Amino acid sequence: MDKVIESSELRKYFKSGDVILTGGFGLSGTPLTIIDELLETDIRDLTIVSNNLGDLGQGLHKLFMQGKIKKAIGSFFSINKEAVIAWSKGELEIDLLPQGTLAEAVRCGGAGIGGFYTRTAVGTELSKGKEEREIDGERYIFEKAIKGDVAIIKAAKADRMGNLVYHTTARNFNPMMATAGKIVIAEVDEIVEVGVLDPEFVVTPYAYVDYVIQSKYSKIGSEYVESR
Amino acid sequence: MLSQDKRHIIAKRIAEELEDGQIVNLGVGIPTLVASYLGNKEVYLQSENGLLGMGPSPAEENVDIDLINAGKEPVTYLKGASFFNSADSFALIRGGHIDVAVLGTLQVDVHGEIANWAVPNQPILGVGGAMDLVTGAKKVIVAATLFAKDGASKLVQELSYKTSGIRKVDLFVSDYAVFKFTDEGVKVVEMMEDISIEELSEKVGFDLEYLNDLTLVSNK
Repeated sequence: MDKVIESSELRKYFKSGDVILTGGFGLSGTPLTIIDELLETDIRDLTIVSNNLGDLGQGLHKLFMQGKIKKAIGSFFSINKEAVIAWSKGELEIDLLPQGTLAEAVRCGGAGIGGFYTRTAVGTELSKGKEEREIDGERYIFEKAIKGDVAIIKAAKADRMGNLVYHTTARNFNPMMATAGKIVIAEVDEIVEVGVLDPEFVVTPYAYVDYVIQSKYSKIGSEYVESR
Repeated sequence: MLSQDKRHIIAKRIAEELEDGQIVNLGVGIPTLVASYLGNKEVYLQSENGLLGMGPSPAEENVDIDLINAGKEPVTYLKGASFFNSADSFALIRGGHIDVAVLGTLQVDVHGEIANWAVPNQPILGVGGAMDLVTGAKKVIVAATLFAKDGASKLVQELSYKTSGIRKVDLFVSDYAVFKFTDEGVKVVEMMEDISIEELSEKVGFDLEYLNDLTLVSNK
């Protein structure tokens, strides 16, 4: 089994109107090479599920600036001025979720669970329109699971079968996103032969992963730089 | 007093509340400053993007930008640290496994309900982990200067900004006083400035009282 493909082969897995689950927190753990490939396509009207919409003109921020994003589901968009303006003009739909609710909704989506009850956001503006019920004397709201057409994630290493390990806090949302897409594409810093990764330390088992590509980005100082 | 000094005085006072062995989440702003006043206390910092055992910021040449805190600044990790995914991180938070969350706030009402996510008169497009932390930490301490730039008291009888949740916080450490929230409402436990409770009541706009007969501790 060899799931490694060239990044130029990626385009055929995406179509207009897709819901795309994207790993990353800030830019850490963001599949920057896959996003760059999306920039080269003419697909549009995407729904992006991600904590935030990239940063500093990188990652999802570029995709947004190209006008490809119709809707964003995530927890933190305030720092993205252009997104705020687009939202005010009605050009961008935003579904704001608490960060833990976002993570759990995607985890449920990948785990065959329809949704869950949480105490987070009870009594706030973010609970509007959501079912509320009392469990053991405490108030909870219902949050529906989230699934996607394609999940694009970033890991440190993959073997050719698609087993993944992550690096420090670049793990963040990636393991959940990996479970909840119909097609799952992992961008990694290093591809190794099957058997090299210690099974005790594999975080995402290959069963979730469909394709693996080599990242074109390297960490240089405090930036991710396209270098390959 | 310069506002920068006030922020440090608040952070230092909050550090005194933290105990050996506790797992603590520090929010952005004044709460982040608490880390510099922990001294030799064995307090373990959690960062909601997936790290328990967070260390100080690295020297410039040692920056690894994969390794960041919730404010997206480069950090380090300490011996005994662990990394985990965002769902596990918020299971720690929501599930009551974080001993103390220290959070910034825009307003606190007299019962301890806070508004700390939606900036007034601006589109509300960010919440992050604020609501999860308010809901799930065993103890919540809020850190803020008592008065906003326009002079308005952040301690209010009723929130005019959007609530972060129905959970009441435990303690509000401000530059003027430390407030505790009890079943009988807000009580002053300590003055941070040389000011009488009558003067403080007048500034805040409603009557304040001390918790029981607590001895006045001045922290000038």
